[in-house]
Amino acid sequence: MFINFFTELRSASVPVSLREYLTLLEAVEKNLAGYSMEDFYYLSRACMVKDERNLDKFDRVFGSVFKGVEKLTEAFGADIPEEWLRKLAEKHLSREEMEKIKSLGGFEELMKTLAERLAEQEKRHQGGSKWIGTAGTSPFGAYGYNPEGIRIGQDKSRHRRAVKVWDKREFRNLDDTVELGTRNIKIALRRLRKFAREGAETELDLADTIKATAKQGWLDVKMVPERHNTIKVLIFFDIGGSMDDHVRVCEELFSAVKSEFKHLEFFYFHNCLYEGVWKDNRRRRDVVMPTYDVINTYPRDYKLIFVGDASMSPYEIVYPGGAVEHWNEEAGVTWMQRLLAQYEHAVWINPVPQHWWPHTQSIDMIRQIMSDRMFGLTIDGLDGAMRELNK
Amino acid sequence: MKFAGTEDYVATEDLMVAVNAAITLERPLLVKGEPGTGKTVLAIEIAKALNAPLMAWHVKSTTKAQQGLYEYDAVSRLRDSQLGDERVHNISNYINKGKMWEAFESDQRPVLLIDEIDKADIEFPNDLLLELDRMEFHVYETGETIRADNRPIVIITSNNEKELPDAFLRRCFFHYISFPDADTMADIVEVHFPGLKKNLLREALSAFYQVRDVQGLKKKPSTSELLDWIKLLLAEDIPPEALRSENKKDLIPPMYGALLKNEQDVHLFERLAFLNRSQKG
Repeated sequence: MFINFFTELRSASVPVSLREYLTLLEAVEKNLAGYSMEDFYYLSRACMVKDERNLDKFDRVFGSVFKGVEKLTEAFGADIPEEWLRKLAEKHLSREEMEKIKSLGGFEELMKTLAERLAEQEKRHQGGSKWIGTAGTSPFGAYGYNPEGIRIGQDKSRHRRAVKVWDKREFRNLDDTVELGTRNIKIALRRLRKFAREGAETELDLADTIKATAKQGWLDVKMVPERHNTIKVLIFFDIGGSMDDHVRVCEELFSAVKSEFKHLEFFYFHNCLYEGVWKDNRRRRDVVMPTYDVINTYPRDYKLIFVGDASMSPYEIVYPGGAVEHWNEEAGVTWMQRLLAQYEHAVWINPVPQHWWPHTQSIDMIRQIMSDRMFGLTIDGLDGAMRELNK
Repeated sequence: MKFAGTEDYVATEDLMVAVNAAITLERPLLVKGEPGTGKTVLAIEIAKALNAPLMAWHVKSTTKAQQGLYEYDAVSRLRDSQLGDERVHNISNYINKGKMWEAFESDQRPVLLIDEIDKADIEFPNDLLLELDRMEFHVYETGETIRADNRPIVIITSNNEKELPDAFLRRCFFHYISFPDADTMADIVEVHFPGLKKNLLREALSAFYQVRDVQGLKKKPSTSELLDWIKLLLAEDIPPEALRSENKKDLIPPMYGALLKNEQDVHLFERLAFLNRSQKG
């Protein structure tokens, strides 16, 4: 049941697992969807989609998988005299009764039977199990129950809409195919923690209290400050040019880093680090912070992270005046070495896949400057980088 | 047990289906949506509609999963031992029950609200997996196992500040409260301010949706802001004409402080109004 729907969802990369699928079946078995298409849509949505970013994908799959089913309703409707179907009562049947009702066969069989019934029928009809009317158990008509039933002309719809909800695709703008993997990144970043207790004493130190109490002979409560992550991080992002290919993964990294570290400073640079860096990329021309100021402002216990593809012309690294955007008095390598001399713990995180590194000369050069502390921008690489910074 | 909205709360059909699924299948319901669209209120209204007791557990950044189960008060036990209190011999005197324990013990099937789960530490949801799945937990200090007699209806809200782990999501039903369309919004306003003058409501809503449509707002006004604003309009007895859209081209809606909560947004708005005026003049 609905296997096709399930596999379609998976192939549309909506992350559904067997567990969600079984939940849906359980819910259908408990008769939560009633027998309306819309309720089934809402129910399956609540079961299968766990993130609003996937709602639109879900709507599209639902629309394509259940297209024919909805068509059934449209095939009838117009020909049925309205007064027969006027809303009167909604009959609720017990379980046993439901099971008794056998389906009539395929679609064509239904059409044929309906045509015959229409021909036979003479007056308005309610209840019973054969005629068209309201609240009956015949597969034709409205407000009744039949597992293979067709809803005809439910004019004052209990649901207030004319357009099928899933075709409206209300969640269109929430779907960003960017699969935000910040959670994984955060988990990797967690390695970089150094807990320390400083500030106001707000927590009870149980061990110390017991010790002091035993020693004094009276209750001697000892308090300690709460534990905080005191790690301090300085990040330099390469921006623009060849980095445009990696902008998505860098954004993810950036947002994860921002929420994970309390003491965080970030700067941008282009291709290689020179005498100036900037904090706001839109105003990179006018608000530039001299790299010397960075070195003088942030103490040595900051950990240094570079994020960049290190793909450039080798001149940009080793020659004064090699920079692509401006005239640099001193070579990039000089500036890199100054920073590395100040900050003992440093890594370079490179979004370029690792097996390509040997093919680009500048990546090799940067790697040498960093004394081999270059890591890929993968979960594994981040893990390694954080271990390195923790050494 | 079926939920169909209450007289104070307009529930859309998809929300009702999700809530009823969560009630029937006894699984948690995770509710997300813009701030101010009534996520927390939902739990309160479900409790009201079903006549069930409500236990609200408001999560903060320092909240630990254990605190929802129980806490062992070692300090008062230590103090009692000093004073020679008899209570000290029974460790269960020093176990303070958390919200989940209270919910598990309830005679009647309760509604348990875990509010803003995304505020807590990233591992918080993982620490509650088993407890929410089996609705039982073990108390190490006394060696007893607490099992829910009536599986509570669990409503979890999130503001999307952190991503929740997959294992956790798989156990929940999910509903995203999308921003109500104009019709639903009129229903909601009607529930809160019955008998509001038709034309005032129309003008207010159109002004409200216009403000929401302004590009570049840091914080778009939501349902709760709209209700506050209408309350102000009524209190000040602002005539509907003052909200008319011809005026609004060069005027900021009156009492806009209730709609715009961010200084930059107010500036943006004033600038736009100024631009419009100068274009006209």
